[in-house]
Amino acid sequence: MTAVQDRTGTPAPAPRRRPNPVLALLRNSWRQLTSMRTALLLLFLLAVAAIPGSVLPQRGVNPEDVRDYYAAYPDLAPVLDRIGAFDAFGSVWFSAIYLLLFTSLVGCILPRLRDHVRALRMTPPAAPKRLDRLPQHAFLAAPAGGAEAIAATLRKRRWRVAVRGDEVSAEKGYLKETGNLIFHLSLVAVLIAFALGSWYGWSGNRLLVAGEDKAFCNTRQQYAETDIGPRVADADLPGFCLTLEEFEARFLADGQPEFFNARVGVEEPGRELRSADFSVNSPLRLDGANVYLLGHGYAPEIRYTDRNGRAQTSIVPFLTTGDMGLTSEGLAAFPDVNVDPATGERNPELQMAFEGIYLPTAPQEPPYVRSEYPTERNPAVFLIGYRGNLGLDAGIPGSIYRLDQRQVTTGKLTQLGEAKLLRPGEKWTLDDGTSVEFLGTRRYITLSVRHDPGSTMMLVSCGFLLVGLLGSLFGRRRRVFFRVGAAPASGSPTGSSSLVEAGGLPRTDHPGFADEFAALVAAIGDGGRAGTPTGVDGDTGAGTGRADQDRARTREGTE
Amino acid sequence: MAALSDQLVSIAILLYLAAMISHAVEYALGNGRAIARRAAPARELVGAGVAAGGATTPTGADLGVGVGKEPVTGDADTTTGDAPAGAGRKRPPGQRARLAGRIAVVLTGLATVLHLAALITHGIAANRMPWGNMYEFVLTVSFIGAAAWLAVLWKLPALRGLGLFLTLVMVLLLATAELVLYVPIVPLVPALNSYWFIVHVSTVVFASGLFLLGAVPAVAFLMRNGYEQGRRSFPYTLAKRLPAAASLERLTFGLHAFAFPVFTFAVIAGAIWAEAAWGRPWGWDPKEVWSFISWVVYAGYLHARATPSVKRNVAAWLAVLGFLTVLMNLFGVNIFFEGLHSYGGL
Ligand code: HEM
Repeated sequence: MTAVQDRTGTPAPAPRRRPNPVLALLRNSWRQLTSMRTALLLLFLLAVAAIPGSVLPQRGVNPEDVRDYYAAYPDLAPVLDRIGAFDAFGSVWFSAIYLLLFTSLVGCILPRLRDHVRALRMTPPAAPKRLDRLPQHAFLAAPAGGAEAIAATLRKRRWRVAVRGDEVSAEKGYLKETGNLIFHLSLVAVLIAFALGSWYGWSGNRLLVAGEDKAFCNTRQQYAETDIGPRVADADLPGFCLTLEEFEARFLADGQPEFFNARVGVEEPGRELRSADFSVNSPLRLDGANVYLLGHGYAPEIRYTDRNGRAQTSIVPFLTTGDMGLTSEGLAAFPDVNVDPATGERNPELQMAFEGIYLPTAPQEPPYVRSEYPTERNPAVFLIGYRGNLGLDAGIPGSIYRLDQRQVTTGKLTQLGEAKLLRPGEKWTLDDGTSVEFLGTRRYITLSVRHDPGSTMMLVSCGFLLVGLLGSLFGRRRRVFFRVGAAPASGSPTGSSSLVEAGGLPRTDHPGFADEFAALVAAIGDGGRAGTPTGVDGDTGAGTGRADQDRARTREGTE
Repeated sequence: MAALSDQLVSIAILLYLAAMISHAVEYALGNGRAIARRAAPARELVGAGVAAGGATTPTGADLGVGVGKEPVTGDADTTTGDAPAGAGRKRPPGQRARLAGRIAVVLTGLATVLHLAALITHGIAANRMPWGNMYEFVLTVSFIGAAAWLAVLWKLPALRGLGLFLTLVMVLLLATAELVLYVPIVPLVPALNSYWFIVHVSTVVFASGLFLLGAVPAVAFLMRNGYEQGRRSFPYTLAKRLPAAASLERLTFGLHAFAFPVFTFAVIAGAIWAEAAWGRPWGWDPKEVWSFISWVVYAGYLHARATPSVKRNVAAWLAVLGFLTVLMNLFGVNIFFEGLHSYGGL
């Protein structure tokens, strides 16, 4: 509080004879920007600007929601998108506010840092002439040893002390300003850590199906989605490989998940192959990347035996639809079947695909559309077969999870009869004598692999931030003065030479200061031989009047 | 156990309601107490005397036996003891008001005890900390608010009048919890199964409870401040018998200064947990956005309060706004938005 007043109280630099208008404007704007009012306004703006980011769907949080929003509001969405509303926290307006705020912050704390360092070097100031004008005031018996003894007692209580002849000045509570500066500097550090993370960090998501044959090695191409910082080259990605060995999940009777654990084989460059467990809340920490478990599901193994008797197996993850029972949808596509044995050429009319729903616990009776429980109590896959041109050669990248519906509507793909329910081991023979068999399932997990080089710095600065905040909020700057051999201002004739006059000045709001002062005076005054010190009358009251008085005095005292 | 817990909650609501009514009676009977306070120098609230400045009833002065020293949990027995030979004489209104006020405090105390018992039995029934869904969350937050209120009352008995607001908030919160948010007990989902659950959630709950409590003197200050500046229209007249604006303002600041670092810690702990659970410390999930907003608004409050050129009532408005954002986070985010925190259970 004082610090603020000190700053506003600093006399403006003497005006130059011919002020350069541009410089003057710049200087004024800078002063305006670093003022507390501006900081307040910017803080408020920041809070308001954060609201759209929670109301509107955000790409960084959930891209599908943005797509849905586009579908729901086709006119509004593009406009919103133009102003960055779907990436609110990376948008120009949001960045502008916090960059201004942080500029203001730096402009605010640098001068304060300088002042504070100066104050730390300085000894406490000389006592004012009239101690009885300070908010706290008392007389006490002079302790044996005079000023030096007083100074010793004060030092023991960790006051910073200066002795000038018969006068002792002491100050305490530098921690408040120190804490405040640490706090604000930590804020800057947090921002820098955030920036580091987004420039030099990277992340990617993918599915990993169990089994050696489905191992994944860390390259950019292996990810379904990536978010790679602008300063990251492909070669920077650490070259580890993962194999899902086992996945365990337990659920309550109502299907609520209770426990997950994934065991993976980890191969890092220059290290032995090892097994590692990880789970929700305890990620796999590798050298240069962390692997997080986000989800899980089933990948049905579907074997198709073609006209030539050749079998192929598809093991593609079926994506969960979000219900409790892990009902999943997916596609088993067989583009390279029914190849002419003589020419070895694909026959685009005879490609096969099976769209399906997988039910870990199928109901006892139809309709077979919803699984009743997330583990495989009664597994079944419900398949619809298609024959024809899958459209993969057209060069249009198709999803491996969904059939290209255009091929169906244009008649290039035809559905083969009714949908068919298959349990593990069951076989469905199609009209042309080929067959499809449901062999079983494998587990898959959804992974997020990330590297954030700013995270350590972030954590450390948050620690400092908190410590600084505590110092700033609960630290209290105050001064006390003692004058040995003073006569009471009232001119009491008795024993004036053996008295000490004391005064105390809280420099910040400090309701408990009177008590502290009384205790200090008592400690110094040899158990208060001089009777109850005047002025310390237990009036700890802190109504408006007193607070204002304190503040007024404070101002007086600092000048 | 679960059923017991539910019943305890219902009883606690009724007790809070009774306390509220009792506070209202104290309000209605009114004047004597304010005068009493002027007669006995209140321990902390020098300004309280000013409050009584206008009202003067001759009987008032001799009633002021140590209001400041009055034990918070002073039960009705001591109160009746205060009235000398009260049998024949009709009690002066001031005394009846005080009695009502004390009963209100006792009821609040009882309600808080039952509230705690409800939380403990709920925790035992669930075999974990009772912070797994919104219902449990609101139950805990409101308990913290009530317990902290009793602690404040212990230190500053003269603030008793604010109990009307507090009990009103308690009744509203708990009734919402019972009627809207109630879900049967289930164990935690794996995402919540971490010691960070205890660290993060307990501190969030604690800070929210303190913010809830801090909002009470902030609103009271705004009303009282208007009253002291001569406004005599509707909401301000309610503040007639409140403690002085300056002391309310101080209390507001004290509570927020205490709550803010706790909240800061809670948000940081949340970020550390989010790093482990979701792979990133901060991802602008709706819950995170609103925590950020609350944090910024409260930081704004502290700045405003520390800046001499900003009026204190502007600062107090910021504190109230801060509490609205906390409420938004508690209720609004779970109801309107869908995010990673959506295990809120609604
Ligand atoms: C990112 C933006 C900022 C945040 C989140 C922030 C937060 C805080 C908080 C929480 C406090 C409370 C500590 C206390 O009351 O002592 C504080 C104090 C303070 N801040 Fe900031 N601040 C920000 C920017 C600024 C700026 C731009 C300025 C300068 C114009 C500034 C100047 C101060 C001062 C002078 C205090 C001390 C008040 C006192 O002495 O009590 N802050 N800040």
